[in-house]
Amino acid sequence: MKKVYSRIESITGNVIAVRADGVSYGELAEVSTRFGVSLAEVIRLDGDLVSLQVFAGGRGISTGDEVRFLGNPMRVSFSDALKGRIFNGAGEPRDRGPVLSENLIPIGGPSVNPVNRIIPREMIRTGIPMIDLFNTLVKSQKLPIFSVSGEPYNQLLARIAMQAEVDLIILGGMGLKHDDYLYFKDTLEEGGSLAKTIMFVHTAADPVVECLMVPDISLAVAERFALKGLNVLVLLTDMTNFSDALKEIAITQEQVPSNRGYPGDLYSQLASRYEKAVDFSDSGSITILAVTTMPGDDVTHPVPDNTGYITEGQFYLKGGRIEPFGSLSRLKQMVNGKTRADHRAIMDGMIKLFAAYRDTLEKKSMGFQMSAWDKKLLKYGELFESQMMDLSVNIPLEKALDKGWEILAECFEPEETGLQTKLLDQFWPKKA
Amino acid sequence: MTTTKGSVTGVNGNMVTVKVDGAVSMNEVAFIVLGDKRLKAEVIRVRGDSVQTQVFEITKGIKVGTQVEFSGEMLAVELGPGLLGKIYDGLQNPLPEVAIKTGNFLEAGVYLDALPRGAVWAWTPTAKPGDAAERGDQLGTVPEGSFTHRIMVPFNLFGSYTVKSLAPAGSYKITDTVAILVDEDGHESAVTMMFEWPVKRAVDCYAERLKPVEPMVTKTRIIDTFFPVAKGGTYCIPGPFGAGKTVLQQVTSRNADVDIVIIAACGERAGEVVETLKEFPELMDPRTGKSLMERTIIVCNTSSMPVAAREASVYTAVTMAEYYRQMGLDVLLLADSTSRWAQAMREMSGRLEEIPGEEAFPAYLESVIASFYERAGIVRLRDGGKGSVTIGGTVSPAGGNFEEPVTQATLKVVGAFHGLSRERSDARKYPAIHPLDSWSKYGGIMSQDSVAWAHWFLERGSEVGQMMKVVGEEGTSLDDFLVYLKGEFLDAVYLQQNSFDPVDASVSPQRQKAVFAKTIKVLGSSFDFKDKESARTWFNGLRQTFLDMNSVEWDSDAYKKADSGLTDFVASRATGLDPKAVRILESLE
Ligand SMILES: Nc1ncnc2c1ncn2[C@@H]1O[C@H](COP(=O)(O)OP(=O)(O)OP(=O)(O)O)[C@@H](O)[C@H]1O
Ligand SMILES: [Mg+2]
Repeated sequence: MKKVYSRIESITGNVIAVRADGVSYGELAEVSTRFGVSLAEVIRLDGDLVSLQVFAGGRGISTGDEVRFLGNPMRVSFSDALKGRIFNGAGEPRDRGPVLSENLIPIGGPSVNPVNRIIPREMIRTGIPMIDLFNTLVKSQKLPIFSVSGEPYNQLLARIAMQAEVDLIILGGMGLKHDDYLYFKDTLEEGGSLAKTIMFVHTAADPVVECLMVPDISLAVAERFALKGLNVLVLLTDMTNFSDALKEIAITQEQVPSNRGYPGDLYSQLASRYEKAVDFSDSGSITILAVTTMPGDDVTHPVPDNTGYITEGQFYLKGGRIEPFGSLSRLKQMVNGKTRADHRAIMDGMIKLFAAYRDTLEKKSMGFQMSAWDKKLLKYGELFESQMMDLSVNIPLEKALDKGWEILAECFEPEETGLQTKLLDQFWPKKA
Repeated sequence: MTTTKGSVTGVNGNMVTVKVDGAVSMNEVAFIVLGDKRLKAEVIRVRGDSVQTQVFEITKGIKVGTQVEFSGEMLAVELGPGLLGKIYDGLQNPLPEVAIKTGNFLEAGVYLDALPRGAVWAWTPTAKPGDAAERGDQLGTVPEGSFTHRIMVPFNLFGSYTVKSLAPAGSYKITDTVAILVDEDGHESAVTMMFEWPVKRAVDCYAERLKPVEPMVTKTRIIDTFFPVAKGGTYCIPGPFGAGKTVLQQVTSRNADVDIVIIAACGERAGEVVETLKEFPELMDPRTGKSLMERTIIVCNTSSMPVAAREASVYTAVTMAEYYRQMGLDVLLLADSTSRWAQAMREMSGRLEEIPGEEAFPAYLESVIASFYERAGIVRLRDGGKGSVTIGGTVSPAGGNFEEPVTQATLKVVGAFHGLSRERSDARKYPAIHPLDSWSKYGGIMSQDSVAWAHWFLERGSEVGQMMKVVGEEGTSLDDFLVYLKGEFLDAVYLQQNSFDPVDASVSPQRQKAVFAKTIKVLGSSFDFKDKESARTWFNGLRQTFLDMNSVEWDSDAYKKADSGLTDFVASRATGLDPKAVRILESLE
């Protein structure tokens, strides 16, 4: 039986300190307060002074409360019984199901040896033309949705999850609004996907420290399933809440902030999670789609900025649509050369014309006269926005490509599109 | 191994404080004994008998009282034949061998020999008994791929020696003795083909450092022509995320006209390294006809690998670069990204509770960056030969803003600045090196004069472009408009280069000269367009013709045809040639 310590030396924010021997860095403890029992993790050792981060927060902890060290680091149960279940950030059931405690695995494990990785090669179909056609999502990619609060990013996430052909969906919610949590639950249930979903949900009402555990728990479970051969899609929403939790802890720990209050290791913290995305040569894969809300729609804010330096592109969701500019899938060229012969050409060609349309819009707003070409572009832009960009459009890639040709033919002469003659001959819609 | 031991008194992230019972030295390697694992650490502060170490592994599980052993050696790398083609982590652990041992994941505390002990090398002695020898002098050679690898007096054998004996030509392992040296007091030292050198000490066994003047050709036009890099020089590539830093370095690592390329993937994505290490063995090095991997060493400590080892990785890389320079070779070190290295320093500085400087970077950031880039250089060796280490580092500034400590500290010390701009990458103008902000202090493959003259069109063209945004095309004179079109033309056909086109991706200096002359001709020509619209249309046509030529194989019949077609195209509208352009064209021939 482990020794119980009943003298807490200090309480600062969510961090308490006790004097104890034989404690390991990263070890878990249970803190019993009059509100119940909370887990806590050792975050610093200094002589016999042990600092612990209390999952349920520091509020209401008394110096006389009991601390019992458990002798192991944070772990999570791993088995097929996880499927269809919902847990909180500490790994405790959120649904009415049983507590799972068999086959405990550590979280935050080591990274994959780079030489054992393979070059990504498989597209993930979403039915969303702005993704499939213009910024293809690739198996094992890590990609955030950059957005601002109020945008339907969680709806987008849920929709991709429903349509993507994956074996398992893991939802990691951080600071999730309760409504959004219910939305995910209902959507997955209605779509019949709940049985292949595992949720680790921290809501805005839960203690902030638990938020920090969500990505590691989600990814540790994802990794095990991937090693068993499953293709796993991990949804993390919202990583800005996760970063803010890091910020809060760092500040109470009196760390010197580097940029707008965020700790200097924000990049490494985010990277160690996103880099869990992987395609194992001999088994399954992990793809990570995350949400990063940008305070003030400012992409230079430390969270989106550090994220952009880590991920393989980003989807920029604005005005309820995925913006072609500012969005980029850096892995798309690995797959879009082998879908259909016209894929790359349509992708480039339509975007160039759409850029020209945006220029024309600007000219128009400044009161310049519209030429015949400008008028064509205006028509094109409207069709593009309603038939390609609108998130209600739900068609497979091939249909989207056909649609692309239709839109072009409706607005332009073949030679005005800048597309290669060879492709025009093959794909340009014949007049009825 | 010294006998100093210690026990842990504190753990804070990857910083572990140890109470020691004997002597320790700064930057000494220590091992934290955790069960059956020994975690490598480096001493970074000594205060009485309390020593702070940065641990190169995850520190979970360490307790107060955990035992620590001190090695007496500074953090060092192994040097010897067999480095080429290897893939190492930041501490020179060979990753493919680690994978065989531990599978998919990098386990803590696994350290393998950097140089394969079993391999045999065909040794030929070149020194003779009785020869005087100093550190860095050649004793013999072994072939390593297409290189003659010099076996030298180990850099850590200070003092003067006489060669006593040499092993006869034949096959030896790197641990076999190949020479016996005698120092002035008669003490003998057995020399093998490998030795160790501490990574944080610059190798200095050369006769003198020279001024970098010879261009290091990258086959990227905007670099070689406008912002050149010299062999033995330094340059940096700052840019916001997604602007193309990594792609530019990947292209350079393939095409650079040097003997050896060392890629330090420092705190960036693992996936990017995978591309290099899967593709390089398949790609041919045009200089040798062998696979590119044979001239490459990859040091990879990607973003999720332990942060302290990331800090070490750039030193590991530069030490190996200096080693090959000592053989009279030209070595290019590409580090992506130096910001991640600086951030590793910042993390540790924070844990040491040092007084922070700007953006919480340590106050010594500048001097550390400066002394790292100082390890580049072209040197004259003691045998009269020359060797060089060129260093190119990317910088990832927070928010893409160059007014931040790492970019600023780097700009103070490098010889060339290739600043990538979001504006250009958004417009898909690759490589997104900004032609007005970037600079180089080195001479390139063209005369300074001709480059400056061409550059004027970019400057003036951009001014006109800015003006036009306010006053519209109507308010711009035809002459100004023409300068604008010429600037845009130069940008489109010369500065921009398609890295994914098999031909355009790498352009030889010879071809650059030919194409540059063609552009000069256009820039220097006067035209009599009747209005702006006809000028624009004509230039659009010219641009298309030029771009088509850019993707035609050099010196082929098709190229010749495209070339003369282009000459006719220009001649059809040109009415005269600026005398300055005439002189430049003469000088280019
Ligand atoms: N020369 C180029 N030609 C075509 N596309 C390019 C080129 N350079 C970059 N790109 C595009 O931009 C993307 C990002 O480039 P890259 O990975 O080099 O950016 P980066 O500056 O290294 O970003 P980060 O700082 O996030 O690592 C590439 O995936 C590619 O789509
Ligand atoms: Mg990069």
